[in-house]
Amino acid sequence: MSSEQITRVTPSSDGRAETLVGRGNRDGNQLFREWYKELTTAPERGEKAAYVFVMGSLAELLRSFDLHTVFPEINGLQTAVRHASESYIADAEDYGYASDVCGYVKADVGLQMRGGDHPMGRIPPPAVAVYTNACNTYIKWAEIWERMYHVPIFTLDVPGSRTEGRRTWKGDADFDNDRLYVEGQVKELIGVLEGVTGKKFDIDKLRDHMGYANRMSVGFKRVVEVNKAVPALYNGVTDGTVYLGVANGFRGREEGAKYFEDLVEELEYKAANGIGTLHEEKYRLVFVGVPCYPIFRRFGEMFSKWGGEFVGSSYLWFASGGMNTGFEYDLDNPLESLAEGVLVTVRNAMDSMFYSDKMLVDMVEPYGIDGVVYHSIKSCRTVSTGLADNRLAVMKDADVGTLLLESDHMDSRVVSEAQLKNRVDAFFEGLATRKLIAARAS
Amino acid sequence: MVVRMLEGWQDLPIEGVVEYCRDLVEDVDYPTVKRWRENGGKVVGRFQVYFPDEIVAAAGMLPLSVRGGSFEVSEAGAHFGGYLCSIVKTSLELALTRKIVLDMFVSHPICDSARNLAAVYGRNFDYPCEILYLPQNANSAHAITYLRGEYDRLKRDVEDVAGHRISDDDLRAAIVIFNENRRLLREMYAIRRDSPWLLAVDEAYVLMAVGGMVPRQEHNELLRYALDLVGKRNLQPQDRMRLVLEGGFCEQPPLDLLHTIGQFSYVVDDDLLIGSRWITEDVSTEGDPLGNLADAYLEHSSYSAVQHDLRKPKEKMLLDRIKDSGASAAIITAAKMCEPGLDEQVAYIKALDEEGVPYFVSEFEESMTSFDSLQIQLETFIENILFV
Repeated sequence: MSSEQITRVTPSSDGRAETLVGRGNRDGNQLFREWYKELTTAPERGEKAAYVFVMGSLAELLRSFDLHTVFPEINGLQTAVRHASESYIADAEDYGYASDVCGYVKADVGLQMRGGDHPMGRIPPPAVAVYTNACNTYIKWAEIWERMYHVPIFTLDVPGSRTEGRRTWKGDADFDNDRLYVEGQVKELIGVLEGVTGKKFDIDKLRDHMGYANRMSVGFKRVVEVNKAVPALYNGVTDGTVYLGVANGFRGREEGAKYFEDLVEELEYKAANGIGTLHEEKYRLVFVGVPCYPIFRRFGEMFSKWGGEFVGSSYLWFASGGMNTGFEYDLDNPLESLAEGVLVTVRNAMDSMFYSDKMLVDMVEPYGIDGVVYHSIKSCRTVSTGLADNRLAVMKDADVGTLLLESDHMDSRVVSEAQLKNRVDAFFEGLATRKLIAARAS
Repeated sequence: MVVRMLEGWQDLPIEGVVEYCRDLVEDVDYPTVKRWRENGGKVVGRFQVYFPDEIVAAAGMLPLSVRGGSFEVSEAGAHFGGYLCSIVKTSLELALTRKIVLDMFVSHPICDSARNLAAVYGRNFDYPCEILYLPQNANSAHAITYLRGEYDRLKRDVEDVAGHRISDDDLRAAIVIFNENRRLLREMYAIRRDSPWLLAVDEAYVLMAVGGMVPRQEHNELLRYALDLVGKRNLQPQDRMRLVLEGGFCEQPPLDLLHTIGQFSYVVDDDLLIGSRWITEDVSTEGDPLGNLADAYLEHSSYSAVQHDLRKPKEKMLLDRIKDSGASAAIITAAKMCEPGLDEQVAYIKALDEEGVPYFVSEFEESMTSFDSLQIQLETFIENILFV
């Protein structure tokens, strides 16, 4: 919970405020600690782990085989937030990885070289790696584990949108071609998982986990939408990162389902009572990209001190693996629906990176957006390649201020805090001028 | 329409043909493409690495290999951030400055920058810009069927641009031409392996690269003529190290860099423009042409850092390439900011270490202009091995 949020809450007559407000962050952080404890102790219990990624983790299926899910991206960002990423990255660079290689990859290589030693616990080695092509680096990354551990690695290839504005849906021949491909791969993956775990596939168990995922999906979609409220109910970058942690780490689990139902309850309560996160919300912003984890708190403060609030974030779209779509599996046809769900949600995650300009423009009115902040990072070409061009398109189609920042999400050598702050300050001065001009004009 | 794009090479000696090709490859005004358009032809630009050019050629359009170039970026600079490989920027620059005018643009999920490029193109041009989702799970039993469907989708989009249907016979005719093109390129690489003193790496490169900017029939004619002359060259072998060059699958090293390397060594195999040689055997002209192209892509193909295939561990494939070409060392290079290339470098050097194969590691950028330092390093590397 942010300090601004604590000071904003006033006791309510029904006592619900004290219970509800801040619960999402409190519970999220607690779940996260428990999750890392589970991972740390998994080998002692003879339990195996699958290495997966946030965009298309297949957690529902993996959990039906009692596999833990390890998210190297989350491990990486945790090292950066805890100011420990430099040493992991340095180890990987000493091993041979170039300075231009993704910081997440290098932090993970460093982690593996230390036997999984991580600030939050000890990460178990992989029994299998399952990943989509939502980020091409996932594939290169998995190849590293294959070489290190000689474990099965499985690419679940999910074709994305071929062009902006031309998505296909069930019943369309092109969609069916994609869906059948994904479904065929899901069935092949089941065979791989049976081999890795020695367990027979249990479709009812899968159905249970898909049911939890459905509840999470409904909740997550509502969480994204409910922040249209004025003032905003949460910060899409700082609080949003906590929500994303649970969305990924607890995907397909009962705890995850309950968490998002509780979170929706909290946010709707805040909306009904006008409880925001800042003392004075002056500017409503959208964040596009991946947060600046090496200076996570201070990065947020660069905006909040001006009254800027991230009411939305493309990170919530793609780093949730497209959970913002609210896709619900058909539990009567689990495998077919799992394939369709993976296709639709992972495609959405990719669209949120490659074709987000229209989505951002569409947010401006309902969310009352004043500005769009792009954070291009050296490490990630998936997210960052199109951001400058995206910005040009948004500037053309929407009357909002925009800011493009460049740094990194892992490598503090690339983060120039003073330069970032100067640009952010100038951005808000520009926003203030825009408001002044608009006020005079009206 | 029978308009020749390549004129004036027919009676030249091999040095002249090479010079002719070099001029074309380095000409950022793309004169062959302009000539094609002036004669009413349509152009489909396709990004690196592999693309089923046969589908575009079968529609009577020109498949243009969009592969950036060695020049400064001006207009594209505003569309990208700083931390990006050069080829993505220069490939957009070509279109923004109308050096190339397209009717359609296709990119691939070879890397994250390449996928983004289709979206960037799409925001800046009115013509269709799309991603061809080549399968990334090459090991799935469903990959060929999927790819056949994806090629069919592409074919329909190409037909819309062409304004007419593409028949199976059109496709088969195109496959015959491209089979011949690949056969000629295999012949050229065989010369490089067997008699590397007859054709330097930069010479072979320009002969090959011209194919991406002209109809393949004409490229076939040029290659046939050139390879005949190469075989007749009166050059003697020299005491030079035989090298494999790895890392030119997408962004291309500057020609002067290749020339520098060729001055000290025989590059007996490489992955330069590997997409034009991706398919390693003739594609069948019997039966379903799209299915045959899909099968060839997955089952009869080379390797690169941007395709994951459990049957082709890349370090093993590199070691095979070194062994098959009789090379004694390797240059492991990568374009700056190229995630797949840089990732793969580590696996390559570990494998080469284990096998005791000497290697030289470098990075390049297509727009680099100074090679003095590289030349000294390379000379030192070679001397250290030759004179041990």
